[in-house]
Amino acid sequence: MSAPEKIEDHGLLRFLTCGSVDDGKSTLIGRLLFDTKTILADTLSAIERTSQKRGMSAVDLSLLTDGLQAERAQGITIDVAYRYFSTGTRKFIIADAPGHEQYTRNMVTAASTANLAIILIDARKGVLTQTRRHSALAHLVGIPHLLVAINKMDLVDYSRETYERIKAEYVEFARAIGIEDIRFIPLSALNGDMVVERGERLDWYDGPTLLEILEAAPAAHSEHNEQFRFPVQYVCRPQDSANPELHDYRGFMGSVESGSIRVGERVTVLPSGLTTTLKAIQIGGADIDEAITEQAVTLLLADEIDISRGDLIVKADQAPPASKQIDAMVCWLAETPLDRARTYLIRHTTRDSKAKVAAIAYRLDVNTLEHVDADRLAMNDIARVSFKLAQPVFADPYAKNRSTGAFIIIDESTNNTVGAGMIVD
Amino acid sequence: MTYTSQRIGLSHLDWLEAEAIHIMREVAGQCANPVLLFSGGKDSICMLRVAEKAFRPGKFPFPLMHIDTGHNYKEVVDFRDKRAAELSERLIVRSVEDSMKRGTVVLKHENESRNKHQSVTLLEAIEEFGFDCCIGGARRDEEKARAKERIMSFRDEFGQWDPKNQRPELWNLYNARSHKGENIRAFPISNWTEMDVWQYIEREQLELPSIYFAHTRPVVMRGGAIFPVNVELASGEVLNIPKAGEAVIDLQVRFRTVGDVTCTAPVESDADTVEKIVLETATTTITERGATRLDDQTSEASMEQRKKEGYF
Repeated sequence: MSAPEKIEDHGLLRFLTCGSVDDGKSTLIGRLLFDTKTILADTLSAIERTSQKRGMSAVDLSLLTDGLQAERAQGITIDVAYRYFSTGTRKFIIADAPGHEQYTRNMVTAASTANLAIILIDARKGVLTQTRRHSALAHLVGIPHLLVAINKMDLVDYSRETYERIKAEYVEFARAIGIEDIRFIPLSALNGDMVVERGERLDWYDGPTLLEILEAAPAAHSEHNEQFRFPVQYVCRPQDSANPELHDYRGFMGSVESGSIRVGERVTVLPSGLTTTLKAIQIGGADIDEAITEQAVTLLLADEIDISRGDLIVKADQAPPASKQIDAMVCWLAETPLDRARTYLIRHTTRDSKAKVAAIAYRLDVNTLEHVDADRLAMNDIARVSFKLAQPVFADPYAKNRSTGAFIIIDESTNNTVGAGMIVD
Repeated sequence: MTYTSQRIGLSHLDWLEAEAIHIMREVAGQCANPVLLFSGGKDSICMLRVAEKAFRPGKFPFPLMHIDTGHNYKEVVDFRDKRAAELSERLIVRSVEDSMKRGTVVLKHENESRNKHQSVTLLEAIEEFGFDCCIGGARRDEEKARAKERIMSFRDEFGQWDPKNQRPELWNLYNARSHKGENIRAFPISNWTEMDVWQYIEREQLELPSIYFAHTRPVVMRGGAIFPVNVELASGEVLNIPKAGEAVIDLQVRFRTVGDVTCTAPVESDADTVEKIVLETATTTITERGATRLDDQTSEASMEQRKKEGYF
């Protein structure tokens, strides 16, 4: 056994796979896990046995992503599953959303944390309604990078012409709905061509393999210069500690949702609007000079300001406006439809507010992308809704900031999460 | 077309650590009376380091709790107590043996593994202390039934997990709300793999119970697995007496996962440092549970079944 070289750490990429079993989605994920040596011998022998039991000649890689007993009995996947693999330079988290009728809800959930989406197209079928729906949803949820994988190339004789035709058709549709960053790749998940290995049958394609694209794709937050946003999660006041140095310690704990901050910068606390200087940044009580996006830190301020969970710390000249009315694209997630007469709870960052629907502007038909009149929302519906809030929130448009532009809707009678919202400018 | 890569983000371990800190702080911010489950195993040892990074210089906003089967390795139990004392945090221990005395746990036979009966003792402890959230070290990569587990997993009044009644989780907006009697199980290291855990242990130079490292112990080969025999517990009781005719051999082994003595198997290994274990993990060919958890092999869906009954 030789020691692996110490290689540069390219962090972590979360991506989403969209498509149905028919598009070969499960086979693609199975292929990625198999060819990156993520699947170990005992798992492989378990799926070999199952493949044989079902009378298949080759190992069915799609069995790797079949999850729960309940689903296997029904032959469908009912929920988002998370898979992991690593290439030595980068760790990947795949959100695998199923493709049946509850698709919208699951896909919005899976997409909310993804920075790249793989849209699978069956080369024999080309761009379908489902392809358009997946793409529109990925775009709506703000996934910055789309990768269109034209799969099953083995079933169209690895035809370049077919690939180019589907590509042209997709580009036309994508332009129409405003998708900017798209990449294309021909592949055969079944045979493994262009997934991890190049194979020998797609020699007319000289672009990177799927894995090479995934390894190079930008991670979230590495692309924009977003403003500093720090919602306070928890306040640390160890005043009863035996250590007298801690008597006046007040640490404001939270995650840097966007931007960065250095010790000595001026900060404003919302909703109070008071401004002070950042005295220290700590992780686990140890000082650091700067906090960057996605870091979980503790902030200490120069002046004593009353701050609690739900407050937002920003740079002094970058405060978002307070608003008691928000306008958003909402995806309804619950089986019980939205009731316009009821009061819900909206959770935006670490802040909760009671909320009522003020108006439903329209429902979006995710297949035709047409705006339809609506006065109620059922599960899997997407609509533009405005809410009246009891307490103000400090929000950014979702298109500018995926953290401070997002919220969830909670039904207080069940405590279920019933909706997801993306704030419109 | 190629992406222009300008990396200014976190390394993968920093990202996983930050996510786990965020989740623990959400529990502290949203729940009135949470508890962190600490067994002395490697995953919960990582969680304690995450909790230090999340809450120091303050105390943890939750006690630690271990559900002890009474059949744990002495090295692990000793380590559990030592670590809790070093951190000056409160450790609650509730034992399956007490549930057996109360009659709420009834073994099918004397030698039945007590592992699955931890669920009963856990539910009794939740009721005794009124905990509204248990923070656990389960990972999604451990087992198929966990791949769809939420970060904040909802359990009803009977501690049951219903795969069809789980809350959607979007962005990093976690919903840990519950009504009285209900319970949330929070899993801050859901997105870590076995490799991530070992890399984190290496980076943070975390101390571990000695049985995670290669050592020589008497074993027999049973059902294709290495089975440790003549294990002396803290109480002096000796478990896993070899059956008549079984050949006892001294083998160099280490544990990839630690649990009940009666159902945790070691793997053959000469990895006696964390660095060597990281290397071995990178090149292993068998999954963590497949190699080491004898109880999970009974049925492909056995974990799902136990979770429905309130298991962690």
